[in-house]
Amino acid sequence: MHVTIRLFARLRDMAGAGALRRELPGGAIARSAWDSLVGQFPDFDDYTRAVSCAVNEEHARMTTPLNDGDEVAFLPPVSGG
Amino acid sequence: MPDRRFRLTADPLDANAIVAIVSSEDCGAVTTFVGLVRNENGGRRVLWLEYEAYEPLALKAFAQIDEEAGGRWPSIALAIHHRIGRVEIGQASVVIAAASPHRVEAFAACRYAIERIKQIAPIWKHEHFEGGDIWIEGATADPTDDDVRRMAFAQCT
Repeated sequence: MHVTIRLFARLRDMAGAGALRRELPGGAIARSAWDSLVGQFPDFDDYTRAVSCAVNEEHARMTTPLNDGDEVAFLPPVSGG
Repeated sequence: MPDRRFRLTADPLDANAIVAIVSSEDCGAVTTFVGLVRNENGGRRVLWLEYEAYEPLALKAFAQIDEEAGGRWPSIALAIHHRIGRVEIGQASVVIAAASPHRVEAFAACRYAIERIKQIAPIWKHEHFEGGDIWIEGATADPTDDDVRRMAFAQCT
């Protein structure tokens, strides 16, 4: 399956892009997409405990299943206000 | 038609206009919170902030905060407008208006909203200071974490 990964703030800077396309095996979950990022950008592992995620613009868990065409966003700790 | 109460904008915020969104004839109190960009942070001389948001999710977070506040203080009306992009020193980065028949609920809901924004809204500030820049990172955003939500309520009562 193909998914679009959205990245924000420092994660976006570290990856050098706010959106990436990934091919993932069937049965992939949000964590599969994250793990593929850590494989490419080892410094992402610093965020493995603190990152949260959203699938198709809804808050999700790292265990949320992904489907072909999904958009999965990874959110570093927030600092609005 | 988008809900005028919740907004992310690159334009300067007008607190009076945001107060007007929630004001009505049965409302005896409006409280506002205006967050300003400060010229100092952690010993750094701040030059400006750049705000980034995951916009669809941030607007949903504002609506969730409104729903939570309405569950606790049923009479309140809430508006939350937040800047994105570059915001200069002294400018407002966020304006919250909470209206209610009586002041107690308005003060509490306004405080709750800013605490909750800092907990769950997918918004980030990129601080540009003399000598460098840094992404500020606060809370892990989990809008379903009840312990965190209770902490925000506890700060308002």
